[in-house]
Amino acid sequence: MSWLFQPFAYEFMQRGMLASMIVGILCAVMGTYVVLGGMAFLGDALAHAILPGIAIAYLLHASLLAGALVAAIVIAFLIGLFSRQGTVKEDTAIGILFAAALSLGIALISSIKTYAVDLSHILFGNVLGVSSTDLWLTAGLGLLVLLTVILLYKPFLVISFDPVLAATMHLPADLLRNLMLVLLALTVVVSLQTVGVGLAAAMLVTPAATAYLLTRRLASMMFLSAALGALSSIIGLYLSFYLNIVSGSAIVLTATGFFLIAFLFNSRQGILRGRINT
Amino acid sequence: MSHTPHRLEVQNVSVGYGDKTVLHDLTFNVPHGARVAVVGPNGAGKSTLFKALVGLLPLQDGKIYIHGLPLNAHKDCVAYVPQREEVDWRFPVTVRDVVMMGRYDHQGWFTRSSRLDKQIVERSLLQMDIGSFSGHSISDLSGGQQQRVFLARALAQEPHILLMDEPFSGVDVTTQDATLKLLDDLRGADVTAMISTHDLNLAASKFDLMLLLNHYLIAFGKPGEVLKQENLARAFGRQLMILPDGTAVVDDCCPPVGSAE
Repeated sequence: MSWLFQPFAYEFMQRGMLASMIVGILCAVMGTYVVLGGMAFLGDALAHAILPGIAIAYLLHASLLAGALVAAIVIAFLIGLFSRQGTVKEDTAIGILFAAALSLGIALISSIKTYAVDLSHILFGNVLGVSSTDLWLTAGLGLLVLLTVILLYKPFLVISFDPVLAATMHLPADLLRNLMLVLLALTVVVSLQTVGVGLAAAMLVTPAATAYLLTRRLASMMFLSAALGALSSIIGLYLSFYLNIVSGSAIVLTATGFFLIAFLFNSRQGILRGRINT
Repeated sequence: MSHTPHRLEVQNVSVGYGDKTVLHDLTFNVPHGARVAVVGPNGAGKSTLFKALVGLLPLQDGKIYIHGLPLNAHKDCVAYVPQREEVDWRFPVTVRDVVMMGRYDHQGWFTRSSRLDKQIVERSLLQMDIGSFSGHSISDLSGGQQQRVFLARALAQEPHILLMDEPFSGVDVTTQDATLKLLDDLRGADVTAMISTHDLNLAASKFDLMLLLNHYLIAFGKPGEVLKQENLARAFGRQLMILPDGTAVVDDCCPPVGSAE
């Protein structure tokens, strides 16, 4: 069993594992709303759009998390602004901002000397470089997002499932939707360190989509999604340690493996299930 | 004139989407406990009227009062049963979850459901005869059962005004009967109901009042007063045929292409 504990001889591995698990849970929980609300593209866009914020923070030697957070919130509101005018469709607005922000981010980063290394860390995460300050920040922001989701479970359920009921009950739907965007932005920012901007969207969508195939209630979908997210992070990090591959990719590929298993064998529309039973 | 304010007062209301006005200058009062059929051709603005009444569309002009107070002064007062096409049936909720949503406003948004809430939900499920499906996912149900889930939710809301958009089209006889029986029960509880329908016969036979719409209010009153040839001609135009014996027939089977209501 020594292979199980060997990685944790290193303190940076302990921190990396904790950070990955927090991110796995957080992405998976927010991901249920992303999947149910058809916001997969928005999650992807947010993840890429924070790149310029990180680059500017890096150039100014400021906190990368703070830079990413500011960028994510700016982008979330810009998308809302562009599409609310009605002149541009929301997915078009997202597409334009997504590409522009990504380009701006890479342009800024390319002006840095250690360009290649820094870019790959930002794009794919650097879970082994998680400092204890990063870990505390990740845990704090993660707790904030999770508590908000738990506290606002009923209002979020109603605005996602039935906007008309939300209106008859006088829920502040616009405010709640903007809050959901901010929580999504926070989640993406937190996942930056472990899976990077390139793969954050996958962690938002994949565990939640897996859980959706296996459950029929929102609360159980959230719990299962969170469990799958955490498990993917743990298994992925072991794979990364022993196969010597990038941790973000290993985590996302593990989550994808769970999705494929659920897709093939779930009781509702699994492709292979009928053949096994007969 | 009664001393208590009307249940629902609509005064000079114009409403629509963006700059486009769908309904012009509507004025009518609905008394307590009345059952109103909202009729008119496709695209006449029936759904738009309901969206205005639940506060989903801002009024371009005019005022809506419930119990003599402006629309937004009341909570948990209006319940709306959506058309089946408006609901995301793939959302992971069970039948009981959906009906419990009707209690959220009563129980508070941050607290757990009380025993009373649970009792009301169970009673509503039984009344709509879907108790045996309560743990099922809503996607597993037939169309009629799906509609009864939303009727049960409306019951659990204990509303003063119930709005239903086309509850009689495309459902089985059991659901149609369950809907009519629900309306009878609600009358006992003095609930005002407004229901849009294409079925003029049903509207004439089962409702106290009829509201005939075609972008403007054409007629409002008892079915006998509303269902006159000149009113129907104004509402339905070329969709109306007058048979030799004087019977008026509305050809409303095929909605015009691209009609959005």
